[in-house]
Amino acid sequence: MSFISSGTRAFFLTELVSGMWLTLRYMFRAKVTLNYPFEKGPLSPRFRGEHALRRYPNGEERCIACKLCEAICPAQAITIEAEPRDDGSRRTTRYDIDMTKCIYCGLCEEACPVDAIVEGPNFEFATETREELMYDKDKLLANGDRWETELAERLRADAPYR
Amino acid sequence: MVELWDGYIWPTLWTVIKILVIVIPVMISVAYLTYAERKVIGAMHMRRGPNVVGPFGLLQPMADGLKLFLKETIIPSGANRGVFLIAPMLTFILALVAWAVIPFGAGLVLADINVGILFLFAISSLGVYGILMAGWASNSRYAFLGALRSAAQMVSYEVSMGFVIITVLMCVGSLNLSDIVEAQKTVWFVVPLFPMAVIFFISTLAETNRHPFDLPEAESELVSGYNVEYSAMAFALFFLGEYANMILMAAMTSILFLGGWLPPVDIAPFNWVPGPIWFFAKIAFCLFIFLWVRATFPRYRYDQLMRLGWKVFLPISLAAVAIVAGVLVAFDLAPVVG
Repeated sequence: MSFISSGTRAFFLTELVSGMWLTLRYMFRAKVTLNYPFEKGPLSPRFRGEHALRRYPNGEERCIACKLCEAICPAQAITIEAEPRDDGSRRTTRYDIDMTKCIYCGLCEEACPVDAIVEGPNFEFATETREELMYDKDKLLANGDRWETELAERLRADAPYR
Repeated sequence: MVELWDGYIWPTLWTVIKILVIVIPVMISVAYLTYAERKVIGAMHMRRGPNVVGPFGLLQPMADGLKLFLKETIIPSGANRGVFLIAPMLTFILALVAWAVIPFGAGLVLADINVGILFLFAISSLGVYGILMAGWASNSRYAFLGALRSAAQMVSYEVSMGFVIITVLMCVGSLNLSDIVEAQKTVWFVVPLFPMAVIFFISTLAETNRHPFDLPEAESELVSGYNVEYSAMAFALFFLGEYANMILMAAMTSILFLGGWLPPVDIAPFNWVPGPIWFFAKIAFCLFIFLWVRATFPRYRYDQLMRLGWKVFLPISLAAVAIVAGVLVAFDLAPVVG
């Protein structure tokens, strides 16, 4: 008898019609599209976006040129050169990140003992040329100055879970 | 001079004007069919679809067309240049030629020939040549496989389509498309011949290589099928031809089963609406089902496709020819011809 019921189902296209009924109902549901440039989704404090080099509140740069980030970087995107400054403190003379190599894994941020290099919330830094994505120390420090309020807040929010 | 004008130039010019009056709206409908497709499928996926270019994205088809128009037509070095370039033109021209016999309203038809349905059927079968030539001339395995599948599929489904058309013709007693519509004055054929209408519609899906029978261009296996080597305007011609064919098949379904330009019931509020508008509404409805099916079903496997065509549709439609003929004779309903 089973072939009768299965045959009837096949003949009357029951399953096809119920599938089409489902898609028809979905057609009138609310849309889930985010109207992107005008609407944005929420970002976690751990979101790993564009890099920035932070400063202390007195304006002194945090980076002590320990090169842990350079060592841990799996993509070898970071290049650091360092020598003692006139006042005897050890500072970088060069801090480059090749953003085209970077895989945004966040290990540099994890490795940094002084919270100098961080990955910020900004993900809209597309450029028209490759060269603009070879970030140097000035660019990274400028990023840090620009995003500092948000960077500090994100570090504070994430601190309990570190 | 006057004789020349009255006898040759003016009739030719008048025909050209009539052709343009049909072809230009068809081209615009093709453009907006692509837009409607993206919007409808978007809505069924709970997305918005194109909404950036122009109000509600209404200029999106123009932008797409312009992009294809301005790009470079690349001809592969291994391709047969002549055939490679003729194939898209053939597809496109055949898709437009068929519109000559479609009646848009009572008497509103470019060529009111007596074998209209036969002409339509012949033209839609010829469409496979464009695809075969494209697949052969591309000199590419993907394109070749796509073309072979397409040819096999079109041939298989045309058989059952032919039988379905025969059942309709037996109820009408004429091959003229206007007569077919007029014969549906009392009741649309979709009511007495409902299973035939379903088979016909599914066959048109296969005939136009639409989902769920889009094996000739199955992205996941054949990249893009027969048009994989085409770019820019040559590709656009295939695209336009394919969508024009979809509209044509929707028109054919409305003429054969949904009563063409006739209103659903011949009473006051319905028969105020002019015939062509009913016709366009029915075409739009059929096209919506095309898109709806695409949003709903996954692709058929190739052997299942062939099984459906030869082992399910062919026997059913063949039996239907016998049954319909028997009923018409037994109850003396057969139309009087001649």
